[in-house]
Amino acid sequence: MNSDANPVFTLAWTFAVMSLFAIGGANSAIPEMHRVAVDVHHWLTDKQFTDVYAIAQLSPGPNVLIVTLIGYSVAGLAGALVATLAMCVPTAVLALFVSRFLARSSHARWPKIVQAALVPLSIGLMGASGFILARTSDRTVVAVLVTVAAAVLASVTKLNPLWMLVAGGCLGFAGLIG
Amino acid sequence: MPPDSPPAAAAPDLLTSPPTLVELFLAFAKMSLAGFGGVLVWARRGIVDQHKWMTADEFNETFALCHFLPGPNIVNLTFVFGSRLRGLPGAVAAFSGLVGPPALIMVVMGMLYHRYGEIDALRRVLSGVACAAIGLMLAVVFRMMTPLLKRRDLVGLLTLLAIFVAIGVFRLPLAAVLLVAIPLSIAITYATRKEAA
Repeated sequence: MNSDANPVFTLAWTFAVMSLFAIGGANSAIPEMHRVAVDVHHWLTDKQFTDVYAIAQLSPGPNVLIVTLIGYSVAGLAGALVATLAMCVPTAVLALFVSRFLARSSHARWPKIVQAALVPLSIGLMGASGFILARTSDRTVVAVLVTVAAAVLASVTKLNPLWMLVAGGCLGFAGLIG
Repeated sequence: MPPDSPPAAAAPDLLTSPPTLVELFLAFAKMSLAGFGGVLVWARRGIVDQHKWMTADEFNETFALCHFLPGPNIVNLTFVFGSRLRGLPGAVAAFSGLVGPPALIMVVMGMLYHRYGEIDALRRVLSGVACAAIGLMLAVVFRMMTPLLKRRDLVGLLTLLAIFVAIGVFRLPLAAVLLVAIPLSIAITYATRKEAA
């Protein structure tokens, strides 16, 4: 925590702005969360960031709750609350207004074009998320194999993702990930 | 599925008897707590199949809208949905149900991590989980890329690559990149569609 302002305000401002640019969902904002939390403010180390991501994936609830953990690490309960609300409320209110506007208007063509234009951006962002996390996590051959295996299994089977996380955890516990 | 869910034929009249705020809160808390690795599947199951609060088409349309808007999709969807049934209080009730209970769990996890995060066994376990979780994210990326590859959408793929490099490799700030990329991508999409039409 080496920012001069009160970290709670920094959290509120940072996540409120970030949410407005999280196209495709919370996972698209992972690179920006990493940049802000690890590189800019040094709230977390690289390893802590991937730990936080792993914990968020292991826990129930929407993916966005990784910001609750980041907020908690920075400023305890207040940080958790502020980060969560900052990441959720502005875009939820925006969604409310847009849905009401679209219900009343006939600009049906525009959403389609905007949507088509945003899809590649959102995929690129998620790819970047995977890349940034992998740089820290996938440092051994076995680690890379676990990542590849999970990607393949999730693509070709209907296996519950939770089992893959548990399997990864077991391999880690056994000391195979390194 | 619980035994109290009504038979498929009974279409409830949401306008005359929408669910109460407590019902909304509880329904969304349940979906959220069931949702490991994403709540969407459970939200669809709860809203469409179990409670019949929306038809499948309505759900898809609302989700499409929330997907192209920024921010956490499922949170947006919950907020929009709650407000349709019960106005702003409904939105707040559904949102609190979706986010409140799992956020509390997350805080407890945060406390445990702070106390025990340095223990070697836990560090190893989390490293393993992270590796698998990254794989799951890559699977989503591939699934979303497939339509672009099938269409040989070269423009889309190049846009994707440019964003990946700018954000993932050069680590540029998200807002700056998107303020350039969004208008550009919309303009290109508009131009190519016009050409095709």
